[in-house]
Amino acid sequence: MSLLGASWRWLRDLKAGAVGLLVGFLIVAGALIGPLLAPESPFDFVGAPFDLPSSYALLGTDLMGRDVLSRLLWGGMQILGLSAVATLAGVLIGTLLGIICGYLKGTTDDIIMRLLDVAMAFPQTVLALLFLSILGPKPWLIATLVTAIHIPQVARVMRSVALRVSEEDYIRYAEAIGLSTRRIITREILPNLTAPLMVELGLRFTYSIALIAGLGFLGLMADPSAPDWGMMINENRIGMLSNPWAVAAPVFILAILTIGTNVFTDALTGTRRAKPTLPVEETEVSATAGKIVGSGNNEAEK
Amino acid sequence: MAQHPLLSFAARRVFLGVLTLFAVCVVVFLATQVLPGDAARAVLGRNATPELLAEIRAELRLDDPLLVQFWSWLSGILTGDPGHSLVNGTAVSDIVYPRVLNSAMLLALTSVISFPLSITLGVVAALYSGRFVDTGISTIALALAALPEFVVGIILILLLSTSVFHFFPAVSLVPPGTSVLQNPIILVLPVLTLSLVCFPYLYRMTRASVIEVLGSEYVEMARLKGVGTLRLTFVHVLLNALAPVVQVVALTLAYLAGGVVLVEFVFGYPGVGQGLLEAIMVRDVPVIQLIVLLLAAVYVLLNLLADLIAMLLNPRMTARQWQSN
Repeated sequence: MSLLGASWRWLRDLKAGAVGLLVGFLIVAGALIGPLLAPESPFDFVGAPFDLPSSYALLGTDLMGRDVLSRLLWGGMQILGLSAVATLAGVLIGTLLGIICGYLKGTTDDIIMRLLDVAMAFPQTVLALLFLSILGPKPWLIATLVTAIHIPQVARVMRSVALRVSEEDYIRYAEAIGLSTRRIITREILPNLTAPLMVELGLRFTYSIALIAGLGFLGLMADPSAPDWGMMINENRIGMLSNPWAVAAPVFILAILTIGTNVFTDALTGTRRAKPTLPVEETEVSATAGKIVGSGNNEAEK
Repeated sequence: MAQHPLLSFAARRVFLGVLTLFAVCVVVFLATQVLPGDAARAVLGRNATPELLAEIRAELRLDDPLLVQFWSWLSGILTGDPGHSLVNGTAVSDIVYPRVLNSAMLLALTSVISFPLSITLGVVAALYSGRFVDTGISTIALALAALPEFVVGIILILLLSTSVFHFFPAVSLVPPGTSVLQNPIILVLPVLTLSLVCFPYLYRMTRASVIEVLGSEYVEMARLKGVGTLRLTFVHVLLNALAPVVQVVALTLAYLAGGVVLVEFVFGYPGVGQGLLEAIMVRDVPVIQLIVLLLAAVYVLLNLLADLIAMLLNPRMTARQWQSN
């Protein structure tokens, strides 16, 4: 029974994760090739403001009378591009800092971690708003701010994993045969961090999308004339009673996308039913799998 | 003597908190006063004429040395005189103070409604872990955790006030000079949004914590001794499981200090977040500075509080362990 239950739960998590991945992939792919599929230019006026869906505009028109569907197909480039850049940069830098701290320990570790502690004690979103309002919304600034928000949190998680990996025998062995520190970090430690790295990428991507969509919603996106999901939601709010689709469609896409990536990440951690996504627990994927195999063996022996 | 490492840790943590607050002051000051295209130019934008620029520069004391500027600004805020709005000349404190009350009302109601509910659901899910109730609530929490705050708010507006039902007003219209309490129905949607946004964190933490305690040896022992289910849950499990949850409550409040900005914007709720965004639109530097500092102070203080609570509730953790965590 417990074997059946465990494998069923494992399969279900895997299935949910696959669905999440598929949904995320479809939306990202749709946003990338969307401009090719759009029936109209996102800037052309095709009807009166806030027309309901009709044969010439499948999702109706927006506040300027532009085609909502075409703007939806164009609106993902900016947000997804910036999210991807910020996620990759943040996870990369955070992981490197984490490994350096976790492997070298000592004074280096102390100094870097104390600085990151101070950075984490800052109210990040409010300060990001402050910088954007003072310097003006620019793509590089948005990417840099979101990257900076990710770094301390990723570094913290990766440090705790690297700390454990660096105690392993093969690391001692690599040290004993005189491999360089750089080689140990890139060839011995990094490959063993793949699982938590994937989880961090998923978590941070979801968070990036939420942050950057929020900036678009506040009207702080780089190019105010370019179609953007977050901004569409805000600018079409005034016509919510005339054509709700102009708001509902981008809200629906953002909701499905973030839920999809989060479900996928959650299935990667495989700990939803046992533990929440705490930094240390996120790395125990193999441990959970081991337990399932273990209980299966016991069942077979009986 | 055994208290010693704890006390020194607490002292260091408080010191770090004060240092962070000071660093926030410096960053806010530098960001608004020194960065390219200085504040005077930022305020005037395209209307900048040399005379107007000189006037604003004098008002902001931009020609004084940096340290003098910083000191007069900081002492102004500390003595309760943060200056005057650049837009209409009213005292900044008169603009910000009523908004602080409105936002505090929002956060207080959210805490009263959402926190007990999330914790109760977390305990229920843990007690029925793996069953339908647990899977159902956990799936909802997973979805809610992914959604951006403003998306939750807009979905609620679409469902409850415009397209599907028409229960609540979509926009919080409050005539100037009146309290939000004179028209409490406008509080419903913002409070509901904030409650849904912070539900997953508290729920997951409570659930995990209770599951961990349920698996511990002393609960097994109590069970074997024949302690009844009710007594077991409330006396043996809950008291021990809620310790880490208290810390998450403080952290959730700290998170809300930032999250409230977007939610207030969604509903046009007259709180500090909306005030900050309005000030940003018209580049009202003194208002921006004061609100950012207030939100930052709340964030830093609640984080500090969360750490101190965690330390008090878990005396087994020595200061050394804390340092390496």
